Amino acid sequence: MRISQIVGTAGVPVAALGAAFGAAAIVVLVSGGSPMESFAAMFSSAFGSGTAVGETLVKSIPLMLTGLAVALGLRAGLFNIGAEGQLLVGALAAAWVGFALDLPAVIHIPLCLAAGVAGGALWAFLPGLLKAKRGVHEVITTIMLNHVAFYLTHFLVTTRLKDVHTMAPQTPEMHATARLGWLIEAGGLHWGILVAALCVVAFAFLMARSVIGFELKAVGFSPDAARTAGINVSGMIVLAMVLSGALAGAAGAVEVMGVHHKFYDQFSPGYGFDSIAVALLGNNTAVGTALAAVLFGALRNGALGMQLATDTPKEIVTLIQAIVIVFAGMRFLKNRVPGTRGSRDPGLRADTQGRADAANP
Amino acid sequence: MDVTPAVEMRQITKGFPGVLANDRIDFSANWGEMHALIGENGAGKTTLMNILYGLHRPDAGETLLSGRAVKALGPRHAIACGIGMVHQHFMLVPAFSALENVILGAEPVRFGQTDYRRAEERVRAICERFGLQVDLHAKVADLSVSAQQKVEILKALYREARILILDEPTSVLTPQECDSLFAMLREMARSGMCIILITHKLREVMANSDRVTVLRQGRAIAGLETNSTTAEELARLMVGERELVRPPEEREASPAGPPLLAVINLSVPGDRGLRAVDSISFQVHAGEILGVAGVDGNGQRELAEALVGLRRAAGNVEFEGRNILRMSVRRRLDAGIAYVPEDSGRYGLVSSYSVEENAILGAHRGSPFARWGILDRHAARRHALNLIERVGVRAAETRMPARFLSGGNRQKLVLGRALYRKPKLLVASQPTRGLDVGAAQDVHLGLLEACARGGGILLISYDLDEIFSLADRVMVMFQGRIAGMVGRAEADRETIGALMLGARS
Repeated sequence: MRISQIVGTAGVPVAALGAAFGAAAIVVLVSGGSPMESFAAMFSSAFGSGTAVGETLVKSIPLMLTGLAVALGLRAGLFNIGAEGQLLVGALAAAWVGFALDLPAVIHIPLCLAAGVAGGALWAFLPGLLKAKRGVHEVITTIMLNHVAFYLTHFLVTTRLKDVHTMAPQTPEMHATARLGWLIEAGGLHWGILVAALCVVAFAFLMARSVIGFELKAVGFSPDAARTAGINVSGMIVLAMVLSGALAGAAGAVEVMGVHHKFYDQFSPGYGFDSIAVALLGNNTAVGTALAAVLFGALRNGALGMQLATDTPKEIVTLIQAIVIVFAGMRFLKNRVPGTRGSRDPGLRADTQGRADAANP
Repeated sequence: MDVTPAVEMRQITKGFPGVLANDRIDFSANWGEMHALIGENGAGKTTLMNILYGLHRPDAGETLLSGRAVKALGPRHAIACGIGMVHQHFMLVPAFSALENVILGAEPVRFGQTDYRRAEERVRAICERFGLQVDLHAKVADLSVSAQQKVEILKALYREARILILDEPTSVLTPQECDSLFAMLREMARSGMCIILITHKLREVMANSDRVTVLRQGRAIAGLETNSTTAEELARLMVGERELVRPPEEREASPAGPPLLAVINLSVPGDRGLRAVDSISFQVHAGEILGVAGVDGNGQRELAEALVGLRRAAGNVEFEGRNILRMSVRRRLDAGIAYVPEDSGRYGLVSSYSVEENAILGAHRGSPFARWGILDRHAARRHALNLIERVGVRAAETRMPARFLSGGNRQKLVLGRALYRKPKLLVASQPTRGLDVGAAQDVHLGLLEACARGGGILLISYDLDEIFSLADRVMVMFQGRIAGMVGRAEADRETIGALMLGARS
């Protein structure tokens, strides 16, 4: 990759960030605060100390995994909005294996992770199957399954899987053998960061070098050409959804195994939703998504510190995220609307583009 | 009759990224004449006419209508100036009736409502005047291609077009339908209209036009009176110094022996669930080219898709003695069937993938391009360079996305990729659509080469000249059935034309 290409690829995300912070600065200024002071406070509580960095990274782990989940779907032309639901199901599955079974750690930890992965994959399998066999749009089904996941997990942690020793809607504590220990004590940075990093590498390899990645992307860019080339398009759609769900499930598993050590109702502050913005900002690439996840983790982590140190409310961070999404989303839309000039972004389906090109002289 | 030209375009220049489509072109057409604008694909004919119709803005040059300079502001303005254009791809609303399509956007209004009665009266008057016969109340979706074309012409006439541009109007018609179209157009010219015909079919030009303008590589090469020139001279002007199409080498008659492909009672559903192919049976032998002639939309595409596995079908398709109808596309590819789809930009190539990636697409799963599920990028690159060299794809870089290739180069890449696999059976659908003479010839040579190697070829084409120059036998399809099977010796334009219209042999 040449320098110009890197600049070209990074240009939009950087511009989106610039605009977002600019707009936030104006809002802070208008409401009588000092933007520089606020942003400085945010930065220092996100990166100012070892503990701060650790906390930022902890918050970025689930964003990284769910971000990869969304990015993988988009590469195959699928918009998986159900990462949140898949994360919840994965988290509950991992928590259940964690408290219900008594096993040595060498088996227990992988088994918990596997349960989370399987739960997420299962939750995404159904939309994948419906899309592949009946053409049901995955956006609709994944959104609806999010709701099913909220209420199903809520139901289970208030009834069958409830910890009887407390009033709170939560599962019993997971056994110590099912918990991810600290990699670094500062900020509680647990081994989950390694899981996330491995997934980033695996994602990059899958997309760049593997036959499966080649076929997934072909399906995403041009289902017609993929089918003609003998690629099993339905199979690839199901596979992409399952892999996407597996990543989101892993996010849930890692979060309960490394941070909460139990599943409690509404433990996720919307990681699965933020992940859409993370993937868009990261341009659906492995490294981009990882960087965007760290950024969003830092925003989340820095927000509270900023509110404490200055009078700027932490909600300003939500504003920044929203503007980033608008910018990243504009590019996404541009690629989907026929007749507009397509860019070279990976992962945005170009089937309309082919037709538009054919129509042009 | 008015002596000032109806249209006069001076020094028109228009560039697109990487190509100068029109290079200081002078063009003029008179009232009362049928003017042919000819040239190979990519010569700039359509661009020039799109400029006249206001779809493109020229970089330089001016346009005069009846001697008055006009600034073309867009199609709306062009229509107001009396210009009508019938595009190659019709722009009709399929769910509307013919009448509704004709008046769409220019409805006569009475008390705030569309006055259908007045509209119909007007449209009928136009039909009678020029001998146009269309069922105005039929839904456009149910009309034949030639009737849809008439609706397009009516649209222009209804808007009082006096200058009518037709872009390749005969490419979708049978010989008989062409004759009636030209009779109608001549009538319009006689009434004083200016008819501009974009085409590359010299026979039509010689038979129907009054004057000809020849474009080559974006330049106006000649403006001639039709009766002072010959088809040979026009062909030479169109292609320049390049060698003209060679006559195909004589090949032996279809070899006997067991058929390579035996299709028995094959029925294929169309997109709307109706039977697009209706229990047909035929055979293709090794080393034979079976031409499939017919007007577009008579089941050819569905037949091709059923043979390669892209469409479900009922009946029997035996390839080398095995029934392949239940096999996936992938297994059929692996068994030695290759497919060159009609729209290679959409079906043949992943346009966002690089030339390199497209070169291996379809063969990417196994040796030598992948091992243990991991792609070998170097092998892909070597292969792409090899293909580029062998079939003459003009690509600056193998890493460049395929969407930046021209139509001809895309087609060559798809064909070259198919031929590289040394297929036993090649199903080629319109392999030279949109290609210029030189590129088409390369494609034809490729097909003949595959055939000489012992492969069987099913060549689907709407271009009779292509069928006649390549096919050993000609199968004519009409409404999903085989209207006739004619040997190379007996195939002539009249017989095939009649079969294309549904006459039984």
